[in-house]
Amino acid sequence: MTEKIYNGILIFAEQKNNAIHRVSYELLGKGKELSDKIDCSLNAVILGPEEINVQELICRGADKVYHIADSTAFNKPDELIYAENIVSLIKSIKPEICLFGATTFGRSLAPRVAASLETGLTADCTDLKTDSDMKLIQIRPAFSENILAHIKSDIYPQMATVRYKEFEEAKRDADRTGELIKIEPVKTNNDLIEILEEISNDGINIQDAKVVVAAGVSVKSAEDLSMINELAYLLGGEVGASRALVETGIISKDHQVGYSGNRVKPAVYIACGISGAPQHLAGMKEAGVIIAINNDPSAPIFDIADYSIVGDMYKIIPEIISAIRNNELTI
Amino acid sequence: MNIVVLVKQVPDMEKVKFDREAGRIDRSSAGTEINPFDLNALEAALQISENTNGKVTVLTMGPAQAEEALREAIARGADEGILLTDVKFGGSDVKATSTILSSAIKKAGQFDLVIAGIQSVDGDTGQVGAEVAGYLGIPHISNVEAIKNYTEEYIEVVSSVWESQYLKRGKYPLLITVTKDVNVPRLPSFKNKMKARKVEITKWSYEDLKEVLDPSKIGIKGSPTKVKKIEVPQQSMREGKLYKENDEKAVEDILNALKSCKVLKEA
Ligand SMILES: Cc1cc2nc3c(=O)[nH]c(=O)nc-3n(C[C@H](O)[C@H](O)[C@H](O)COP(=O)(O)OP(=O)(O)OC[C@H]3O[C@@H](n4cnc5c(N)ncnc54)[C@H](O)[C@@H]3O)c2cc1C
Ligand SMILES: Cc1cc2nc3c(=O)[nH]c(=O)nc-3n(C[C@H](O)[C@H](O)[C@H](O)COP(=O)(O)OP(=O)(O)OC[C@H]3O[C@@H](n4cnc5c(N)ncnc54)[C@H](O)[C@@H]3O)c2cc1C
Repeated sequence: MTEKIYNGILIFAEQKNNAIHRVSYELLGKGKELSDKIDCSLNAVILGPEEINVQELICRGADKVYHIADSTAFNKPDELIYAENIVSLIKSIKPEICLFGATTFGRSLAPRVAASLETGLTADCTDLKTDSDMKLIQIRPAFSENILAHIKSDIYPQMATVRYKEFEEAKRDADRTGELIKIEPVKTNNDLIEILEEISNDGINIQDAKVVVAAGVSVKSAEDLSMINELAYLLGGEVGASRALVETGIISKDHQVGYSGNRVKPAVYIACGISGAPQHLAGMKEAGVIIAINNDPSAPIFDIADYSIVGDMYKIIPEIISAIRNNELTI
Repeated sequence: MNIVVLVKQVPDMEKVKFDREAGRIDRSSAGTEINPFDLNALEAALQISENTNGKVTVLTMGPAQAEEALREAIARGADEGILLTDVKFGGSDVKATSTILSSAIKKAGQFDLVIAGIQSVDGDTGQVGAEVAGYLGIPHISNVEAIKNYTEEYIEVVSSVWESQYLKRGKYPLLITVTKDVNVPRLPSFKNKMKARKVEITKWSYEDLKEVLDPSKIGIKGSPTKVKKIEVPQQSMREGKLYKENDEKAVEDILNALKSCKVLKEA
């Protein structure tokens, strides 16, 4: 066999405030499976200050970790600075596969990297396989989630962004060893974009919530929302919302679930007064248990619910709340 | 100020049919419309242009009938339209599409701001905006949820990224991609509809762009990603339990489900 020019898998490990995003471990989990099949190495690149616990990436399966280190340059989401450094690394190590998490940042960064390398990029994959030629088959939803497309790339590196929470995290092995390679950044500032401030949000993390109690536009006021808040609180969950409710201004966009909002995969999703438009379902249909409350028996949300309750949510939600209290159930 | 808005003509998703057996997408009975997110891009451009005495050019690549999308954009207030159409452009993936769009932007002349939608509802990659910026060699800010301030030199926007929001200021030339939250698009006006009917649409083919466009980088040949197969997955239906005028049983079953998922436990 002739020596391959492009070799190995490189995953981008995203970090914010020195905390590694969990999608990075999922990429290592899937990456391991692929590298075993292809018989190649599995490596990671991380950009950030010295303090980051990069050893964790080795414990999670990386053979080599390229740490592009700088105390300040990577503490803000600046695509230009990140892209130039990653491109420089890719040009020197020539991976055959390059995977990014399809986070908001990954989805913005990866296309810049792909354009610089003049290679292809497959968006938002939900599955990755190898073909008989050991090339990647990248599977992704398109047409507003109605289809799954199988995509192959014929330029190296084969690049893809991969959806969060599609794959199992790589198991942690505290004793695992690997090589840590520290790299000087090639670019540390960007005069064209100034990141003025992080605007504080409510600090909600609906994507990682175990339970989401979501309300639709049938909620007419902030007071009406209080029973939704209370139920979410009792279940140790977060409050979600349909786009129609977000548009009324009663609740902020961070809570929106769906195609143009957050995709969630909680153990339990409770949809209260949500009709179940395809764009809403796109964000929650993979929840473990789906409970729907709606006074219209023909509401499409019932097609994907495990528990379909036809009735007035203003009556049923308080009943659920008092039953939890009366039975002294806790989280 | 010169603003370029990227618009894509897409099928009306409510009417597209998906054939599960054949793994085919049937758009024949679906009409076309402007990609919904691109209406927000256009609205953002119109507002900025009105306050800076600017000009808004809408640019699309597509089949001949994509001209309708440009006329609709003009009816909504855009000044000019450019249609990129050629069989050589057919089958372009994001890389080839972005190469073609960026070469047309260069040819169209001096520009300050390019605005794209965050994603299309058909191809749905959400990559074209950032790649066009890449091929133009200009910075971009993605996921723009609000436009806070702008001058003739820069614009300040709220970008949703890193599970948070960041206020970013970008100097022109710059590309931004916008979400549905950025504004509420206006409807066509009577006056602009009249204008849209008469206005001359600029049409460029490969021949018109060949000074700035490498033929090996466009169309199917210039596209590294290939769609090998399409699967139409079964709509995930769940065999659910239905409760009607039976709240008591419903509440009991829900509490049991919450217990078995380990969300709740007896105190
Ligand atoms: C490009 C695009 C992107 C979109 N992205 C998203 C997205 O990310 N997320 C999203 O959610 N939507 C999205 N939408 C909008 C989506 O199409 C729907 O319009 C929206 O989800 C409807 O919200 P809803 O269910 O709250 O409202 P409605 O559809 O109006 O439904 C309200 C429901 O409440 C029920 N109801 C009313 N009163 C009561 C009561 N007292 N008790 C019980 N039930 C009651 C009614 O029967 C009805 O079913 C998008 C649309 C487009 C075009
Ligand atoms: C099922 C399927 C899956 C695909 N998967 C991939 C893939 O993973 N990778 C890949 O490289 N290609 C893919 N393609 C091809 C890709 O969809 C097309 O190349 C398309 O030209 C651009 O991508 P998009 O529709 O995803 O645009 P997006 O990147 O989602 O669009 C973002 C914005 O870019 C602008 N824009 C997009 N297209 C145009 C246009 N023609 N004219 C003007 N402005 C435009 C609009 O402002 C739009 O809102 C796929 C195609 C299909 C049918």
